Amino acid sequence: MKHEIIIAGFGGQGVLSMGKILAYSGLMENKEVTWMPAYGPEQRGGTANVTVIVSDERISSPILSKYDCAIILNQPSLAKFENKVKPGGILIYDGYGIINPPTRKDIKVYRIDAMDEANERKMAKTFNMIVLGGLLKIRPVVSIESVLKALKKTLPERHHHLIPMNEEAIHIGMDIIKEI
Amino acid sequence: MTKEDIMKPENLVYQKPRLLNDNHMHYCPGCSHGVVHKLVAEVIEEMGMSEKAVGVSPVGCAVFMYNYLDIDCQEAAHGRAPAVATAIKRLWPDKLVFTYQGDGDLACIGTAETIHALNRGENITIIFINNAIYGMTGGQMAPTTLLGMKTATCPYGRIPEIHGYPLKMTEIAATLEGTCYVTRQSVQSVAAIRKAKKAIRKAFENSMQGKGSNLVEIVSTCNSGWKMSPEAANKWMEENMFPFYPLGDLKDTTL
Amino acid sequence: MAKEVVLMKGNEAIAHAAIRIGVDGYFGYPITPQSEVLETLAEQKPWETTGMVVLQAESEVAAINMVYGGASAGKMVMTSSSSPGVSLKQEGISYIAGAELPCLIVNVMRGGPGLGTIQPSQADYFQTTKGGGHGDYHLIALAPASVQEMADFVKLGFELAFKYRNPAIILADGVIGQMMEKVVLPEPSPRRNEEQIIEQCPWATTGCKGRKPNVITSLELDPYEMEKRNLHMIQKYNEIEANERRYEEIECEDAEYIIVAFGSSARIAQKSVEHAREEGIKVGIFRPITLWPFPAPELAARAKQAKGILVVELNSGQMIEDVKLAVECNVPVHHFGRLGGIVPDPDEVVNALKEKLIK
Repeated sequence: MKHEIIIAGFGGQGVLSMGKILAYSGLMENKEVTWMPAYGPEQRGGTANVTVIVSDERISSPILSKYDCAIILNQPSLAKFENKVKPGGILIYDGYGIINPPTRKDIKVYRIDAMDEANERKMAKTFNMIVLGGLLKIRPVVSIESVLKALKKTLPERHHHLIPMNEEAIHIGMDIIKEI
Repeated sequence: MTKEDIMKPENLVYQKPRLLNDNHMHYCPGCSHGVVHKLVAEVIEEMGMSEKAVGVSPVGCAVFMYNYLDIDCQEAAHGRAPAVATAIKRLWPDKLVFTYQGDGDLACIGTAETIHALNRGENITIIFINNAIYGMTGGQMAPTTLLGMKTATCPYGRIPEIHGYPLKMTEIAATLEGTCYVTRQSVQSVAAIRKAKKAIRKAFENSMQGKGSNLVEIVSTCNSGWKMSPEAANKWMEENMFPFYPLGDLKDTTL
Repeated sequence: MAKEVVLMKGNEAIAHAAIRIGVDGYFGYPITPQSEVLETLAEQKPWETTGMVVLQAESEVAAINMVYGGASAGKMVMTSSSSPGVSLKQEGISYIAGAELPCLIVNVMRGGPGLGTIQPSQADYFQTTKGGGHGDYHLIALAPASVQEMADFVKLGFELAFKYRNPAIILADGVIGQMMEKVVLPEPSPRRNEEQIIEQCPWATTGCKGRKPNVITSLELDPYEMEKRNLHMIQKYNEIEANERRYEEIECEDAEYIIVAFGSSARIAQKSVEHAREEGIKVGIFRPITLWPFPAPELAARAKQAKGILVVELNSGQMIEDVKLAVECNVPVHHFGRLGGIVPDPDEVVNALKEKLIK
């Protein structure tokens, strides 16, 4: 099984770190993984995207023409990546700030209002984990247990008390994602 | 009395240092380099550091220092000797590491390396021969060339509006936190040579004791470049160089 | 015990591998996209564990001259930078090659010329394989295509560098440096002690205890002596060319078309091969791992079966010259590259294959 995923949004939304957690979770399951950021000077406000591949087999290119799954967190990224989803693939977007929603009919489109949910619950810092939860509901790329293991491995010990909050965010994401 | 009798050790009044070998020096007659080489050799020998010394030679007249000193030497690219010495000393802290550089090498193309090595407080000694001219390439203007002084590239004399001002690197070095001993010496007389030797010894000892960076400037002559006899060059140096580059210790934190 | 698998960037893998294999010193200067090498070393503080020296120099120029100093003194020393910084290092690299010193240089390439872009590029192929600095010399050039190879080539680079007393370079790019992949780091091995260094490097300036003084220099004013020195180096280069060619072939057995690509381009091209083969196009990849020495005889042998070769590089056509020399015009050779820091996607390569070779 191979999952070719693009995550795209604004810098500061946790795009790269969400990809990192996904890649680490794949590692926890002994899968092959690559994490390839479109790196640049932007830290905040600019666009950011990362290609994550999780596979049972050796991965060839870390850079792709088409994706199985696109996670879109702002309008410019939607314009850039909607056409790059493989027919039959999935597109997950956060409705916040999206004026022109996706239009393709040959892919499955899901909406997750993670930004609103995170703001309402005062969980802005775990916004990206809500989105990740949505993805895992639709495509169980990795198990939640692996995500928690990955968090434990990557977070410094002093932040381990935040793991339950991240787990909660994943479950919220699984609950609120809906097919369009 | 035979020659062999005269050459007995008890009759010895002067001896070339053991670390200064018999290779014929390429320096011009009257040049200060030979004297400073001898002092470096003497000090290393007297400190018992001949098996632990690593010298770094510059680009310039002293490029062939390694042909005359019987110690391990590295030849650095133009101006880069302080960076080279930094690495040697960091990687071999028990070695005596020094650079030997001219004014063009140290104060022009290697300004950044010189200032940063000194400012990091590398436990090395930089011996800086300042004769206010590029000797090896045939007498061009140096960063330390005095105003009004004629060279191949300022044949009408150094004019500040065109060439800028002579650079006092040693004064700059004295302001840097990393330096522990900064001094300016000369070797035109026996008294001056004795003082210069003491300065080199002190600098080498400081660097072995991990006290910080040391800069020993030797205000020197280049009688060929200056187009003077050795004697006239010494006189010219005293009258013109010393007022702008005054001798003495500029900084000594070990006192 | 199973080896520990970790996930990290190519740049981080370089730093961790260097610490583990017992490198004595690293001298660097920040530049995107390779700064993680120095950052990771600073964070790991190897001076407290292995005793490795890590120093942020005042410039790339100073950093490479620190490498010169350390290498002359028999130590295992390295530096890393990205294209504009590697240009600054060229003087020092020429001196290191001229004085026949072992060391490792890492170039995580970005687009140029000039300040260019911080995005990935492979435009320093000429600089790396054809000299770079002044004079007749070669670097042993290794082109990693994965994070694993970034880690592995630190060790390989030093092994080859010491074996031949010649600088080695890892020529990576922004893709390989910034990408995270699984990697098994090399087994830890201690730094060499003074005795071992003196035994391995009797030529080094370690202090002339019980021997004649050693001098490290690239200067020789007598042209006859200098020519002898040049000839000696050329003899060494011939030996390296004979013994150290490395390459990888992927799906070449039945291939009618060959893509020749190194580093990140070779990774992208692998996906292109998957796509092309789905369409029934029989294409394989020949990936030079050593860019110098270039695996010319092996490529020439493989090219015999090919209807055409596509050289894929993130530049306007550099390695293609070595490919053409290798196949001696027996096969049509075309080039595909993106410039300016743009990394092509796998379909662009497939399209180029069709347009330029299959038609």
